[in-house]
Amino acid sequence: MTESDVTREGLRGVRPGSHAHPGRNAGPWRRRRRGERPMVPPAEFTSYYGKPVINRPVWSSPDIPGYLFLGGLAGASSLLGAGAQLTGRPSLARTAKAGAFGAGCLSMVALVHDLGRPARFANMLRVLKVSSPMSVGSWLLSGYVPAAGVAAACALTGRFPLIGAAATGGAALLGPPVAAYTAALISDTAVPAWHDGYPEMPFVFAGSAATAAGGLGLLGTSLLAASPAEAVPARNLGLFGACLELAAAARMTRRIGMVAEPYHSGRGGAYMKAGEVLAVLGVAGSLAGAAGPPLSSAGQRFAGAQSLGRLLSGPRGRVVTAVSGAALLAASAATRWGIFHAGMASADDPKYTVVPQRERLARRVA
Amino acid sequence: MTSLLDMLTADGDPASAGGYADHPPRMGFFTDTSVCIGCKACEVACKEWNHVPEDGLNLTGMSYDNSAGLGAGTWRHVAFIERSVASGGRPPQTPPSTGGSIPPYPPGGDEPPEPALDIRWLMASDVCKHCTHAACLDVCPTGSLFRTEFGTVVVQEDICNGCGYCVPACPYGVIDRREDDGRVWKCTLCYDRLGAGMEPACAKACPTDSIQFGPLDELRERAARRVGQLHESGVAAARLYGEDPADGVGGDGAFFLLLDEPEVYGLPPDPVVTTTDLPAMWRRAGAAAGTLAAGAVAAFAVAALGRRR
Repeated sequence: MTESDVTREGLRGVRPGSHAHPGRNAGPWRRRRRGERPMVPPAEFTSYYGKPVINRPVWSSPDIPGYLFLGGLAGASSLLGAGAQLTGRPSLARTAKAGAFGAGCLSMVALVHDLGRPARFANMLRVLKVSSPMSVGSWLLSGYVPAAGVAAACALTGRFPLIGAAATGGAALLGPPVAAYTAALISDTAVPAWHDGYPEMPFVFAGSAATAAGGLGLLGTSLLAASPAEAVPARNLGLFGACLELAAAARMTRRIGMVAEPYHSGRGGAYMKAGEVLAVLGVAGSLAGAAGPPLSSAGQRFAGAQSLGRLLSGPRGRVVTAVSGAALLAASAATRWGIFHAGMASADDPKYTVVPQRERLARRVA
Repeated sequence: MTSLLDMLTADGDPASAGGYADHPPRMGFFTDTSVCIGCKACEVACKEWNHVPEDGLNLTGMSYDNSAGLGAGTWRHVAFIERSVASGGRPPQTPPSTGGSIPPYPPGGDEPPEPALDIRWLMASDVCKHCTHAACLDVCPTGSLFRTEFGTVVVQEDICNGCGYCVPACPYGVIDRREDDGRVWKCTLCYDRLGAGMEPACAKACPTDSIQFGPLDELRERAARRVGQLHESGVAAARLYGEDPADGVGGDGAFFLLLDEPEVYGLPPDPVVTTTDLPAMWRRAGAAAGTLAAGAVAAFAVAALGRRR
């Protein structure tokens, strides 16, 4: 009220409160700020009491990382099951199809369990929105899981081979999208470690899915198959998956700069590291298991190689293969848990939101 | 499919993009933080009108802030920023409260106490931005979130199944899930009051007109005048936030006049709606799915070659 007077008629020259001049009398502040509106972003990073800018995802572990892992395992297993059926590998086909259906069901259970209102899960199919990867994924899963179920039932009972073949084909067609859409799902958020990694994330997921399916195939055939030759495609798929997963993850974390920190530190970093180690061990073990029989014949000259050969062929070779398969499955799961926790950590710290946005603004001004 | 249309329409008329042929003008908030006195009448009025349940009576240690941030139980949040401007240049960051020991005063022991005016006290009432391109609305898989005829974004609580996708999608950290209830909640811009021709409860309760409600076009004009007035009177730091239809979210339906950088108030300096990149994400996901299928084919082809050998 510095410019108003109280008169008999009331207030003269009164300014409504919304026209007040903040800091009008605050000499030091006004002097300092005049004409120096900063155009270059400050070097230091500021936040509101260290509070995160975005709200932390309400998704919880093990539901959501489990959902990501199981969806990948299911999708890639359907490919393995279809291939095994086409190439006459019955044990691999049964393992892969049963695994695909089981993982698909569990994946949906995990998704429903994580809902705030699980009884309303059917609302997921109320609309179809391409702008929502979760909507697209719900529709994909609702087509995929029944197909995988019919394929598994026919493979396990040996009945209705034609229907089984059709369902196997359907599941194999829907499998890759089921394995890949979850990458778009988590990337389509404001969570820095997830969003910024969107170009590579689907390849990490596709690789991780192949790793898991290869691992399950190795595990199943080592327990069920009459001939070790049945495991060969599973081993190849696991090898392919592990390479793709590790290469895509390495490329992603290299490209996104400081936002990649949660992938290298804390819980996320520990899981990612475990995923790498398990993938390498799984691949090495599965190759050693495969090298078993020829090594045992060629290795007659060396006593040490002889005993190694005995370990890797026959029943013990099966054990090595089974353990390698389990390691590949665990590697895939560890990667998913690592990505999940890295995203959570990047949401909790405002610097991952503010600093890249500041840099983007600075680039635009420059 | 309204949200896809929404993405394609850049004219800042979300209600038309949402399928309303004939609709009232887009309504919004202009929150002028330069006249906010931190009374929290907006927080209280919002809670009372919307029956927002109590979500903790806390002393956060963050100045007079005791609601900490927007969430399922806080749809208006008044931020309090106490910053010393005595050190010259940029004011130092107020250290986050650890709830532990009380720092010595005066800071540094024998330094002379600084004049009172060198403590700057900023207050700002934050709210849902009702974005032109709203990420929460785009990613909602049930269609529970929808665009109203006023161009605002509202949750239909009878449809929300609590999937939580909107929570990390929001670039401002507005919407959140209520744990005992399972559904997500946020500001509705008092959709019920708007329908009855009334202004939202927070704007009604604001004693200094820091919260102004009205047609967005009008508010933008008023805000431009106000920021000009402040610049003339020497408050060079005054700037508008979220008023630009060319920004990453297509402009906010609720925008602000700030006296410092957005992040000082807990706002993102350059928010972008995540679905901007979704077409690219779908393309990459498609390529990855193809790679996976090709890998599986290769796995069997290599096995067949090995068998033949």
